[in-house]
Amino acid sequence: MSDEVGKITWISGPVVRARGSRKVGMLELVEVGTERLVGEVIGLKGDQMTVQVYEETAGMQTGAPIYGTGLPLSVELGPGLIQSIYDGVQRPLPLIEEAMGSFINRGARFDSISREKKWKYTPQVKVGDEVKGGAILGVAMETDTFEHRVMLNPDDSGTITWVAPAGEYTVTEPIAKLKMGKEEKTLTMLQRWPVRRARPFVNRRGANIPLITGQRILDTFFPVAKGGAAGIPGPFGSGKTVTQHSIAKWADAEVIVYIGCGERGNEMTEVLQEFPHLIDPRSGRPLMERTVLIANTSNMPVAAREASIYTGITIAEYYRDMGYHVALMADSTSRWAEALREVSGRLEEMPAEEGYPAYLAGRLAEFYERAGYVNNLNGSQGSVSIVGAVSPPGGDFSEPVTQHTKRFIRCFWALDKSLASARHFPAINWLDSYSEYLEDVASWWREKTGKDWLGMRNRAMELLSEESRLSQIVKLVGPDALPFTERMVLETTRLIREGILQQNATEAVDAYSSIEKQIRMLELVLYFHDRGMAIVKRGAPISLIHDLPVVDRIIRAKSTVTNEELHKFEEIQKEIDEQMGQLDAEYRS
Amino acid sequence: MSDVTVQGGQEVVGVSRIEGPIMVVEGGTNVSYDEVVEIKDGRGNLRRGRVLEVGEGFAVVQVFAGSTGLSIDGTSVRFLGTTLHIPVAEEMLGRIFDGLGTPIDGGPEPLTDRYADVNGQPINPTARIYPRDYIQTGISTIDGVNTLLRGQKLPLFSGAGMPHDQLAAQIVRQATLGKEAGAPQTEGEEFAIVFAAMGVKNDVADYFRRSFTESGALTRVAMFLNLADDPPVERVVTPRAALTLAEYLAYERDMHVLVVLTDMTNYGEALRQISNVRGEVPSRKGYPGYLYSDLASLYERTGRIRTSKGSITQIPILTMPNDDITHPMPDLTGYITEGQIVLGRELNFAGVYPPVAVLPSLSRLMKDGIGKGRTRDDHPRWGAQLYAGYAKTQDVRALASVIGEEELSEVDQKYLKFGRAFEREFVNQSFTENRTIERTLEIGWKLLSMLPKSELTRVNLDEIEKYYKGDDATN
Repeated sequence: MSDEVGKITWISGPVVRARGSRKVGMLELVEVGTERLVGEVIGLKGDQMTVQVYEETAGMQTGAPIYGTGLPLSVELGPGLIQSIYDGVQRPLPLIEEAMGSFINRGARFDSISREKKWKYTPQVKVGDEVKGGAILGVAMETDTFEHRVMLNPDDSGTITWVAPAGEYTVTEPIAKLKMGKEEKTLTMLQRWPVRRARPFVNRRGANIPLITGQRILDTFFPVAKGGAAGIPGPFGSGKTVTQHSIAKWADAEVIVYIGCGERGNEMTEVLQEFPHLIDPRSGRPLMERTVLIANTSNMPVAAREASIYTGITIAEYYRDMGYHVALMADSTSRWAEALREVSGRLEEMPAEEGYPAYLAGRLAEFYERAGYVNNLNGSQGSVSIVGAVSPPGGDFSEPVTQHTKRFIRCFWALDKSLASARHFPAINWLDSYSEYLEDVASWWREKTGKDWLGMRNRAMELLSEESRLSQIVKLVGPDALPFTERMVLETTRLIREGILQQNATEAVDAYSSIEKQIRMLELVLYFHDRGMAIVKRGAPISLIHDLPVVDRIIRAKSTVTNEELHKFEEIQKEIDEQMGQLDAEYRS
Repeated sequence: MSDVTVQGGQEVVGVSRIEGPIMVVEGGTNVSYDEVVEIKDGRGNLRRGRVLEVGEGFAVVQVFAGSTGLSIDGTSVRFLGTTLHIPVAEEMLGRIFDGLGTPIDGGPEPLTDRYADVNGQPINPTARIYPRDYIQTGISTIDGVNTLLRGQKLPLFSGAGMPHDQLAAQIVRQATLGKEAGAPQTEGEEFAIVFAAMGVKNDVADYFRRSFTESGALTRVAMFLNLADDPPVERVVTPRAALTLAEYLAYERDMHVLVVLTDMTNYGEALRQISNVRGEVPSRKGYPGYLYSDLASLYERTGRIRTSKGSITQIPILTMPNDDITHPMPDLTGYITEGQIVLGRELNFAGVYPPVAVLPSLSRLMKDGIGKGRTRDDHPRWGAQLYAGYAKTQDVRALASVIGEEELSEVDQKYLKFGRAFEREFVNQSFTENRTIERTLEIGWKLLSMLPKSELTRVNLDEIEKYYKGDDATN
């Protein structure tokens, strides 16, 4: 399948130069050296080509051959992606383990999608149908409940001339035949798509449905829309990965693509061991049955880390094209940027900021723009939402990756070391974070809950920013110097911080809050505030409010009231009424 | 020098350029990337190096022992045709090696036919076992609030003049497999220890040797020493050699291995030096752009795999230049390791040992190794509560420094007392004190009992009922 196109002339880490540039194209997949390691042509100059190699090059010699494949770096798409765990260039890690043991050796070549496994397939087209690119040909059951809609390659169109009867097929067995002009093409469930090319769609729709994650600070305060892009920057130890995991577990997407890009091996193992046992609250099936994992840990070859982001997003787009909502987590995009920098350095390109190549911003933009809520070629609608973690050196958000990322996302969840130090988790700083989707998703909240979510959310935010101003004063002169009305604000914001914003990902009741629970909690705290404010305005000392037993009840509600027992909030509200009512009566006269 | 790996290979006489520890050799054919070379100087002395870059007819070679004494014409270079391998054997425990794995204790070469590539190979994430078993170190600030698990990498971030060496020695001496609180203490399985020194003073290496001798651990310690006056370039290999042995012991001999790497800052400097000489584009503070990947290639060689009973736990020590935690070395380390134990200058001045600054310290894996059936049911919430209390103390202290202690509210005063007791009784312990997990939990509850119940929102009411010993009767 591949011919020798040249000989290696220079090797430095993952970058190899070779003669023979005339016989390959830019971004063509090549096989390098006698072990036929996977590589990609990233530069052509004169008769020299520059290749980045996705595997360790130690031991490779000059003069060794390079083989061309004529294809760009592509992923295999078809049933069997879900529940898989791949490396950055879509090699299945379990098969590598089976063949090579616990350590990843070089030169592993495996089919990304099993050729043996049979899928229950039901055709949805018939002979004579005119089909266009993206059209759904039939449905394969990828899990017991997940419909994998087999689509025509977006570049093809024509007339169906033969359809396989319903039955069990492997991904390489013919399921239909298509007449395209003069030639007839046999279709299978398997297709390939170049990772660096976004899959086409008809047009973008407005992103106005929030991606519900069950995380109160995200859904209530800084929502991201389905088809939107969010960034989570934070110094180490601030909880990027825990937040990403929480979203991967609870987000109301139908498919999750999780890319562990240059991160810890143990973290991927955690996901692998945990997800099959966690049950998706919506489908009742294990979370793994909606998850595709891409694991290119920090000690795996750096060029494959660069590719892992594209591998992941291409798989995400493929499921979007079927009409699904897909959420993609990339942890961490900084490691991906560093891989770019490393390869760029080896190419001796002129660096821009902090050694990063000048095209860093362009690459980030390309990646985040592949998010979107779109009308697909086949008439369905689907979305890809991207949540990218950023790991700024020293926690300094002014560094290039964070800054450029901010230009291409509309939702910014700023993690804060000092919150993490106070074990306030998720350590998302509410004053530094923002979401530009607030207005877009407000009507959805009104429809779903019948309540003025945006109004309440903005009131809570006002109180929180008031708190930050007041706490400056408290730091200087102590809380006693503040008038009671201002101390009432501090009482309420403590409830917001501890009762709503803090959320314990490891506690069963608290890990996931339904939107109904979220809005009830917010409503309750604001109700407490209004009642309390009225009382202190009449001259009641703040300590009386502070000492009310209901305060503790409100703070603990997050972990004592389950998503199913929302009526308990009415009980708490009654308690507020009783306890505040007493105070109110005392100070009314 | 080990002569075991010398097996012919082509020899080139004369080099075309020498610059620092880097030289360019012309005339070799079929040189492979990362290959080991043997260099003979004009007097016939041998030293080793490795290929950093190959082009047509030339190779860039890094000389481990430095290029002092090498000349353009008088140097001959032999390409050995293989990457750097070291012998690995169980008998290497109890021995001392140089930074490249050659014995320097006067004993013979380890008798083995197993040679392993010092670069190792990445562990397949699907082959790993997620760490769950905690290691009881007998140190409250670790066991209680920053629990170390088998298969974890947990660095000590320290600064010049702080007792990181003592703390590491204490951990090594006291570490046993943790038991559930209340379970009978049995003789714990002992750890094999692989110790790698990079650019540290002879005194430090000596301190560890003495400490291993005193605790009777010396027979299960393998030491790889690249001291401050040894060639800096060798430092790049030292941790890799040590980890290669550790991997053999853990994954092929089913041993539990504790790896201590000190001092990673010196390692980073050696890397920077080489990068600099090669004229690479620097990123932050002159460190190469691949510092993260390079560090990861060390730290990720930790963990447990399904095919073996053994484990590798890493405790890298690094001194933060100018106590700056945002310096690239601690910063990138923190991004790769599973938490960090930070030593605090102020606590050290106050005479607290070990001066573990609890607030910036963290064990990411802690949550999976503690709690019911592992330590004790209340441990996670107890830890969060202690931590939150101590964090609040810091705010109160800041306030007190402005308005004076007398002006503080009653609750805040209690926090001040709590904070002081926390540092004196919980953090502080002697170098020889080995606390059980029960003891640590008990001290913690005693401290929490100094606060009013209403402040304890992280623990649940049953736990307050069971363990709270304060006289707070208000609610």
